[in-house]
Amino acid sequence: MWEVIQINRRKSVFLMAGLALILAALGALIGYFVQPAYPADSVFYGILGAMIIWIIMMLASLAGGEQILLATAGAHEVKKEDAPQLYNIVEEMKIASGLPAMPRVYIIDSPVPNAFAVGLKPERAAVAVTTGLMAKLNRDELQGVLGHEIGHINNRDTLFMTLAGVTVGAVVIIADLFLRGLWFSGGSRRRSSRDSGGQGTIIILIVSIVLAILAPLLAQLLYFATSRKREYLADASSAQYTRYPEGLASALEKISTGQSKNFSKSRTLAPMYIVNPMAAAGGVSGLFSTHPPTEDRIRILRGMAKSSSLRAYEEAYEKVHNNKGVIDSVSLGAAKEQGIRNPSATPADHDPRKGLRQAKDILHKTAGYGLINCACGLTMKIPPNFNRQSVTCPRCGREHNVAAELLAVSEALNHIPDK
Amino acid sequence: MIALIIVLAIVIFIIFWLIGMFNGLVRLRNQVKNAWSQIDVQLKRRHDLIPNLVETARGYMKHERETLESITKARNLAVQANSVAEQGKAEGELNNALSRFLMVVENYPDLKANQNFLALQEELTSTENKVGFARQFYNDQVLRLNTKIESFPTNLMANTMGFKQADFFEIESAEERAVPKVQF
Repeated sequence: MWEVIQINRRKSVFLMAGLALILAALGALIGYFVQPAYPADSVFYGILGAMIIWIIMMLASLAGGEQILLATAGAHEVKKEDAPQLYNIVEEMKIASGLPAMPRVYIIDSPVPNAFAVGLKPERAAVAVTTGLMAKLNRDELQGVLGHEIGHINNRDTLFMTLAGVTVGAVVIIADLFLRGLWFSGGSRRRSSRDSGGQGTIIILIVSIVLAILAPLLAQLLYFATSRKREYLADASSAQYTRYPEGLASALEKISTGQSKNFSKSRTLAPMYIVNPMAAAGGVSGLFSTHPPTEDRIRILRGMAKSSSLRAYEEAYEKVHNNKGVIDSVSLGAAKEQGIRNPSATPADHDPRKGLRQAKDILHKTAGYGLINCACGLTMKIPPNFNRQSVTCPRCGREHNVAAELLAVSEALNHIPDK
Repeated sequence: MIALIIVLAIVIFIIFWLIGMFNGLVRLRNQVKNAWSQIDVQLKRRHDLIPNLVETARGYMKHERETLESITKARNLAVQANSVAEQGKAEGELNNALSRFLMVVENYPDLKANQNFLALQEELTSTENKVGFARQFYNDQVLRLNTKIESFPTNLMANTMGFKQADFFEIESAEERAVPKVQF
């Protein structure tokens, strides 16, 4: 899998160079269009202008892009005490992938099951899951999803997709500015250019407009194609880490049926989720989608009958798609055969309602609420500014001493030794 | 003059290339060591969890003194184990004792409802998984190091500088291969 990372990095450099070239060409073209009389100067300033916009956007996203994304998604950070199981699963995947540091764990309050990862460096990454995901999935499925996310971090997809996304964004913005500017100032420009040139400028005008429309499309196609490939690769990584492809397969099945159009309005965020919420709820597919069709991903994972290695994934991929797959030959050569482990819990003993309640409890805990379990089975949530001595259970009427019981709960948690 | 510069450039390039190769091998060897210590970290964590687990269960399982004692005994043996082989055996016994215990737990619904016990159970399940994943990662690293040491041209460097192939972590018994199924 280390070969995968290296080759990924090389491919990323080429792709970024390609995107930068599109950006520079667009800048040059606009420069030339604005001042065709001095081509050398105008092309230079055009490229310079495009690069300045690009660099500003890049710096902004490098400085605080992760925090902005997490805030846009409405993610709350959880600590180990708040969500021991979720935290443990992330840590398991961290160990299996050999990530140098534990990613931060976030939870999003939404009934729609989904998850994403951010992080420019594997040392400083974060994963976020929704409460809906925690409610619907059992432990094995959750592990598969988090394996996919950690796979994105480990394969440096989170870094690359951020940089590429920013560059595509710059291309779109510059082309847009140019076309809009043309619309508003078009009349006066045409008049002035008629004095100097004539036919030549009209051709330049047409060529410029066509290229300004094509450049963003080309950049986006390049970006989407790469994104789809990396989704497959993250699936393969997840199978390799967990040794259990069925976990992710059944998780994807549950996730794809639970999507809703209202989940994420953010165009930046949508491609980063494990299943693109916009596409899954009946949007575009094919060349303009960031994710491969979920059914294909499930079929490939289920096609891995005997082994969970990268090679097994590649073989299953070829069977589904009838063409060469996503994993390069160098990594395939280094891949070691490995079996598939047994499921740890039968899917039947997962109760979504109980799961949702637990996920909601985690959210309450991150907001500073204390939880008291009554002997009748009810869990009471004590807000942080609760100032009465005792509370009565609304179901069975038992009295609870708030301070004493909250202390007992935290004592019980402290009994679990940390590393 | 130009020929001299070219020769010099080639020599410098080769020196840097050799340094890079050597450092790559050192990095891999350290990663193997690091991965091995990760396994120990997780095993130690499991040893730390067991006294709490037994303590919590004792109040509910008055009639299972034997099961609980066998866990404590196996745990103490595993903690004291010195050699790798000894440790492997002790950990295997601990696994067996734990899976027996987890089967018995089914008969004690009160214990299964205890918050403290549930939290410990999750910790135990996860620690078992972490031990497994740490071993898996260790084996991946060993494979990487050994492949590097065997393949040309790194094998020349590895042989002259005394890099040794590392051993894979193999599990002997079939029962142990199937890590105790912690199922609640």
